[in-house]
Amino acid sequence: MNLETIVKKLGLEVRCAPENLKNNVTGGYTGDLLSDVIANSHEGYIWITRQVHQNIVAVASLKEHAGIILINSCEPTQETLEKARQEKIPIMVSSMPAFELTGKIYNLLGIKD
Amino acid sequence: MKITVSETENTLYRDSFEIEGGNFNKAGIVSTSIKSLLKQMGLAAEVVRKCAIVCYESEINVVSYARKGVVNLTVNAETVLIEVVDEGPGIPNIDLAMQQGYSTADQKIREMGFGAGMGLHNINSYSDAFDISSEVGKGARLLMTINIKQ
Amino acid sequence: MKLNDVKIILDAEVIVGEEHLGLEVKTAFGADLMSDVLAFAKAGSLLLTGLTNSQVIRTANILDIAAIILVRGKKPSTETINLAKELKIPLLTTKYILFETAGRLYAKGIVGCLEKVENNSVRN
Repeated sequence: MNLETIVKKLGLEVRCAPENLKNNVTGGYTGDLLSDVIANSHEGYIWITRQVHQNIVAVASLKEHAGIILINSCEPTQETLEKARQEKIPIMVSSMPAFELTGKIYNLLGIKD
Repeated sequence: MKITVSETENTLYRDSFEIEGGNFNKAGIVSTSIKSLLKQMGLAAEVVRKCAIVCYESEINVVSYARKGVVNLTVNAETVLIEVVDEGPGIPNIDLAMQQGYSTADQKIREMGFGAGMGLHNINSYSDAFDISSEVGKGARLLMTINIKQ
Repeated sequence: MKLNDVKIILDAEVIVGEEHLGLEVKTAFGADLMSDVLAFAKAGSLLLTGLTNSQVIRTANILDIAAIILVRGKKPSTETINLAKELKIPLLTTKYILFETAGRLYAKGIVGCLEKVENNSVRN
């Protein structure tokens, strides 16, 4: 499934790098502790977080995430947006809290028991 | 640190609780005690919850940034007043400190899950009235008022 | 569902609170930042988190959280365990990451304890 499908189905607002909504999503990672994200997430994952500072772009780039979704209507900082544009990492915003958004994406990705 | 909230004929309960700066093992003990007390007094769950949250956020701030502090609890017929006074570096720019996301937390604090820069904003949101003042080099004082009738 | 069902769905280990597995739970909140938990988590909810320090137990007590599920296979410190016992807060751990944990619970009918956060303001 690509990012665009997820954006459309969940009504996410795209803040930058829309050209990369074609990125394929292989899974998801929800979390705000950067060291955990670096240790446990994988290429192609969509990263769900409320961290808005520019370090999230560095992490997403390092782990080759498909994109970042900010929850609780959190907005990326200006520096974060600029960096994300440079690194071509899509950042999206959702008014949903982490649990709800994660549940919906998990279902969309069709991950079964 | 003297209590600056005065006792009136409406005062039902008063007590003070000390906070040790830098001691993350004990951080939260005061808030847990105060929550228990207010619950025993029969205050509504929503009131107890708000008091507990503002107390806890303030207590964590004192532990994170000050040398020591005190929580002065006053329960009146209509309000719960939680005054937190600390001895420490104080807050140079209160407006900045109130901004969501602004934080001076160090790595140790962040690794515990704190330091997102939301504490004062949360306190303000949960209080029915909120007053904050500070003197750089001396400390800070927060006064939260929670109405007993919500 | 009961806390015991949560334990089964998440293949979780109960560290504190075997006696509370009959607790009824309907909602959950996931976060790694304490201020988010303090701002948004509701009483009676499950807390899913990667934070293992004892402050997460304090926060859970302050907010009347039903139970804490530590994710990513994390193990709590002895201090954390002792405090959970003292304050009687059920503490479980699952090897699944938060994404998987939330996904599995959501698929089985647990809902978020709040629907939306507008403009990042606290909803009482």
